Amino acid sequence: MSVLVYAENWDGKFKKSTFELVSFASGVAEMMKSACIVFCVGSIERNELEKLGRYGAGRIIHGTGGNLDVFDSQVYTRIIADAAIKEGATVVILSNNNSGKTLAPRLSVRLKAGLGSGVSRLPLSINPFTVYKRAYSGNAFSHLTIKTDVRIITLAQNSFELIEKNNGGTIEEISIPLDSSLVKTQVKDVQKQTGKILLTDADVVVSGGRGMKSPDNWGPLVELAGLLGAATACSRPVSDEGWRGHEEHTGQTGKIIAPNLYIAIGISGATQHLAGVSSSKYIVAINSDKDAPVFEAAQYGIVGDAMKVLPKLVQAVKEIRAK
Amino acid sequence: MKVLVCLSQVPDTTTKVKFIDNSKILDTNGIQWVINPWDELSLTRALELKDDASTGIKSVTVAHVGLAGSEPTIRKALAIGADEAVRINAEPQDAFYVATQLAEVIRKENYDLVLCGIESSDHNGSAVGGMIAEILDLPSVSAVSGIHINGGQILMSREIDGGRETVTVGSPFVAIVQKGIAKEPRIAAMRGIMMARSKPIRVINPVPSDSYTGVAGFELPTPRGACRFVDPENPKQLIDLLQNEAKVI
Repeated sequence: MSVLVYAENWDGKFKKSTFELVSFASGVAEMMKSACIVFCVGSIERNELEKLGRYGAGRIIHGTGGNLDVFDSQVYTRIIADAAIKEGATVVILSNNNSGKTLAPRLSVRLKAGLGSGVSRLPLSINPFTVYKRAYSGNAFSHLTIKTDVRIITLAQNSFELIEKNNGGTIEEISIPLDSSLVKTQVKDVQKQTGKILLTDADVVVSGGRGMKSPDNWGPLVELAGLLGAATACSRPVSDEGWRGHEEHTGQTGKIIAPNLYIAIGISGATQHLAGVSSSKYIVAINSDKDAPVFEAAQYGIVGDAMKVLPKLVQAVKEIRAK
Repeated sequence: MKVLVCLSQVPDTTTKVKFIDNSKILDTNGIQWVINPWDELSLTRALELKDDASTGIKSVTVAHVGLAGSEPTIRKALAIGADEAVRINAEPQDAFYVATQLAEVIRKENYDLVLCGIESSDHNGSAVGGMIAEILDLPSVSAVSGIHINGGQILMSREIDGGRETVTVGSPFVAIVQKGIAKEPRIAAMRGIMMARSKPIRVINPVPSDSYTGVAGFELPTPRGACRFVDPENPKQLIDLLQNEAKVI
């Protein structure tokens, strides 16, 4: 019996979210009284692999070879499913990010394992195996019971604290067989955004809505984000109008985020928007309408015109930082 | 080319959900049912592609697992422009059960392209599309925010962390789509609503299937405390609170 966690890497590196995932998996393993095994694939240096051991991994299995260059859903599903079977995993854990969402449902079918996705706490109980997950797009949470002997969980990003723990963390190298006939996905083009903080990774997010009035007014918002080391985001009307790219849209149909701090500027706070940000630890709202629903979700608020408040806020951060 | 769009029915996205029976089931009283937003965008994109004769799309079918009560939602999809509909006459048990039913339809009817929304706005499972693909051993591409057909080849842009890839896989396959796939959902015109009345909804019986999960109960998020207002002339106070009280910057 084991708990197996799939740790994705980005150009051979792990992120804070990976260590949250391992911390979570180690917590689940403790509840199950079984070992936490981290499984990762691709070119990753040893010192990077060793980092996984700090968060409670008993063993770290590192696979190389295989058809790993292109992210093909079937190839990756097979590789992870094979590892889960070999290690007798009764729980398989992935991040609820793009690749986790791609692989988890396929693994569910392949391993005849029920899936709980977007889980944000340790299981509520082991027998029956019940997880706590987002439902109704953040307007509720469900207690989902997984009835199968093997379970798949995807962990909501930014929902679990890092917990340092040493459970051994031995590194094992395995080689994955190569079979290019399995790869169905062909990549024609890649466009990477470099140097930008990813919205789903960010601890602080500065977000603008229709109250920003025009796509030309984003300068101070971007400046504020820069000063705070924050990612930028926007509401749905803003991305629909093409003022900002749709990858910045947060809300029910856009990105679901849970930063430590979400600053909503000129966003009224429709249910659909709040559904995407309600798990943020702190919400700050700046809006000219004192009755805007966003203030019901916020801990701190400023009633005022975004165009007037923003430059003052930028100035205030600069002054405090200068000290 | 034949396209299938999988539809789920969800409460209107502005609904303030409530639960009854010891918080075990959704109070459906007064709920307006709509097509799941991502499924509606999938349908819109499928119809846009069909409108362009060069894509070679001959038909767009919608499939839904649900009892007769969901027919108004299916009619809406027909009014928007789907050619026909399949309703698998069963109460959806869980994602695996629904995927099994839809996979059976796809297995029998040979669709070249299957579109599924990346999640449903009720259970937020992000499950059915990928499950269908694995059941049928088909390729799947997830987080698709654009589909174009060029000389018979289906090109998709999919979101990756920090960027975008343009990918292609051989047909048949399942595309799991998200925001960006279509600008805005297509709205049914009067003519479409009239025509939808005579379009066929084929009702078929479910195949036996397990369910892997069940909902033991729901809870509502804990309400946040009252908002603390800061003088707009003195935003320094806000920065001070964030630094020293909330300790988030």
